[in-house]
Amino acid sequence: MQIIRPLTICLLSGTLLAVACSEGVKKDEKPVDVQEMTKNQPETHGAELKESDVVVSNPLNTEWVSAGKGIYEMKCQSCHRLTGEKLVGPGWKDVTKRRKPVWIMNMITNVDMMLEKDPDAQKLLEQCMVRMPNQNLAKEDARKVLEFMRNNDGEK
Amino acid sequence: MKFFSHKTLLATLVLAGASLQMLGCKPKGSQAAISGDAALKTYVAPGKYDEFYDFVSGGFSGQMSVYGLPSGRLLRVIPVFSVDPEKGYGYSEESKAMLSTSNGFIPWDDLHHIALSETNGLHDGRWVFANANNTPRIARVDLKTFRTVEIIEIPNSAGNHSSPFITENSEYVVAGTRFSIPLGDNTDVPISSYKQNFKGTVSFINIDKNSGEMNLAFQILTPGVNFDLARAGKGKSHGWVFFSCYNSEKANTLLEVNASQKDKDFIMAVNWKKAEEYLKAGKGVKKTVKYTHNQYDEKKHSATSTTMNEVLVLDPKDCPDMVYFMPCPKSPHGCDTDPTGEYIVGSGKLAATIPVFSFTKIQKAIADKNFDGTYDDIPVLKYDAVLHGEVQKPGLGPLHTEFDDQGNAYTSFFVSSEIVKWNIKDLKVLDRVPTYYSIGHLSVPGGPTRKPWGKYVIAYNKITKDRYLPTGPELSQSAQLYDISGDKMKLLLDFPTIGEPHYGEAIPAELVMKNSQKIYKIEENAHPAAAKGDNYTRVERKGNEVHVYMTAIRSHFTPDNIEGVKLGETVYFHVTNLEQDWDIPHGFAIKGANNAELLIMPGETQTLKWVPEKAGVFPFYCTDFCSALHQEMQGYIRVSAPGSNVPIIYGTGTIKAAADYKATDGKTK
Ligand SMILES: [Cu+2]
Repeated sequence: MQIIRPLTICLLSGTLLAVACSEGVKKDEKPVDVQEMTKNQPETHGAELKESDVVVSNPLNTEWVSAGKGIYEMKCQSCHRLTGEKLVGPGWKDVTKRRKPVWIMNMITNVDMMLEKDPDAQKLLEQCMVRMPNQNLAKEDARKVLEFMRNNDGEK
Repeated sequence: MKFFSHKTLLATLVLAGASLQMLGCKPKGSQAAISGDAALKTYVAPGKYDEFYDFVSGGFSGQMSVYGLPSGRLLRVIPVFSVDPEKGYGYSEESKAMLSTSNGFIPWDDLHHIALSETNGLHDGRWVFANANNTPRIARVDLKTFRTVEIIEIPNSAGNHSSPFITENSEYVVAGTRFSIPLGDNTDVPISSYKQNFKGTVSFINIDKNSGEMNLAFQILTPGVNFDLARAGKGKSHGWVFFSCYNSEKANTLLEVNASQKDKDFIMAVNWKKAEEYLKAGKGVKKTVKYTHNQYDEKKHSATSTTMNEVLVLDPKDCPDMVYFMPCPKSPHGCDTDPTGEYIVGSGKLAATIPVFSFTKIQKAIADKNFDGTYDDIPVLKYDAVLHGEVQKPGLGPLHTEFDDQGNAYTSFFVSSEIVKWNIKDLKVLDRVPTYYSIGHLSVPGGPTRKPWGKYVIAYNKITKDRYLPTGPELSQSAQLYDISGDKMKLLLDFPTIGEPHYGEAIPAELVMKNSQKIYKIEENAHPAAAKGDNYTRVERKGNEVHVYMTAIRSHFTPDNIEGVKLGETVYFHVTNLEQDWDIPHGFAIKGANNAELLIMPGETQTLKWVPEKAGVFPFYCTDFCSALHQEMQGYIRVSAPGSNVPIIYGTGTIKAAADYKATDGKTK
């Protein structure tokens, strides 16, 4: 307690001082609001996708399938098998049958938001105990991975 | 005697301060100096950011530290001229070349000064430069990654103290030698032949506008004095650099006495635009030297070291109107140009006044040939002809001066342990405030630029004594933050620093943080040993070496079981961190490795060399807590006797033999 007290007094008197003088003090010209700046930082991911943002059709886009496979091998394979076997994360077999395309896309590009508010994503976190990493995929890349998943699930 | 009296004076001052405190007398006591709202002015609430970054020299640690102001919180230690176990710098196979010199690998040097890059005389937040004092080098740190990306060695130099100081568009970083030395082919000469054989140099290192790449453009040969500090001109004096020098006596022993004989030493004024003309005219003489140029490639995540063999040297004898000397009282230390570029402040360590020179008068004296003879054939300008005026009785032992945005100067005084504020135009002392204790450099955010921010001054102190809880004979180094927004300077905060904080430069956070890089993109990873996905993980024998191409992601390594290594072989672990998320490095440590560990940033590849010393099974694990299953992030490698026929097998989950390796997508590494 004794140690804490001087600081409290300091802070308190500081506050009082600031309040008492606030009208007389000449204002700094345009103080820099660093907090505001951090909010405006461009993120490489983050915008929530709506159902209408993700269009799927058949036949599959074969270019996307093979590009998606390349991305899978670089950024996803360490944790996700193509079978139903759970590794760090769930196996991908039938994922496109269990989840809507927009859910998968958001999980890839916007995982923080999903873990914060999506009940299914939260359930997965409880099972896997590892937050799915943001692997820095652009929306277009995520779409290619989705096409690869559809191919993996036998769609033509 | 002189030495003694200084020390005694200092001790007396310190003791006096301490006893005053004990007696409860206010004036010199540390508590009395704090005003009521200091806590409020330095309080940065949890989760909030500081307003400034302060890049501070780590002195004899060879590192650079980064603090937030006004809180004084330590944000980062950037390894520059010394190995750093926290970052793996100088330990990983990739970074070792950064510390290579013409004298071989140097694990520990002494870093003194900081120079932030400038555009139009203003800090632009792109790079920060620093000098190695002992084995002369200049380093460039990239403020996108806060990493040392380039180090260039300075030949014909010894004790690279007068550096790095930067011109207003980062055209050049200058480096002046502290020691004059014998140069050329025959350097095996008697030390007593100093006056005949010893010479100095100042170097101009060109900075590429776009890439920042450094290139030793030219050196100027100088008389055998000692260069101390320097500042480039700005505005009207752009195109000039001013170097303070001492030992105009050219003493080679007991400099303490023998280099303090003359009433005045010099500030050397160099017209580098003129030097450029002479270079174009072919006046530069190619000299054979040997120095290294080290660069870190942020795509290959690797450093390379190149040996250079030549430097262009200009001799003032062949280049009239390029170099002048200005007399400056008693062993000048700091030599600082004000924001307008008109005034150059010399600080004679042993002088009773602070001389302020006028650039306009310097130009006139040159035009009028108003000389006071020559020094080694270089014209000496008349003191009275170039002097704007002297600050009278400012304090004891002036060292350095920085400036605010209101036409005021702030000078540090080592002996009287204070900062003195004075007006540049009328040279009147306006305020003084004690420092704890024996201040060396000081800095105002933006202080060396055309537009200082003028909100704070930071004192970098040489002696800490009673400021912090004692920690044995070695105390934390100390800096102090003062509010200079009002008429009176106010002490706000003490904060500890690493090494000796010679100098620091502060810059508004917004100029740096917006460019800060969060990850290395795995797609752009061009490291030749990268495993960009598990299909590329493998174990290969190459002669007497075994190379493990490994990936790391929360929370496992691939492969995490490895067999088939034989005693006598050297193992290289090339670990690629597949994460692409901010702030998720992985570590790598293996039992008994007697050189290092690794710390690998997201998207980066780093290599650990391991020479097993006995057969057996050795565990390895991730050293950086990365996820709930971090403790599970581990593996084993088996080392067998030299003659054994254990085959190479490896894997995570599924273990396969080396021959099975094939990239499924048909691409090879
Ligand atoms: Cu880890």
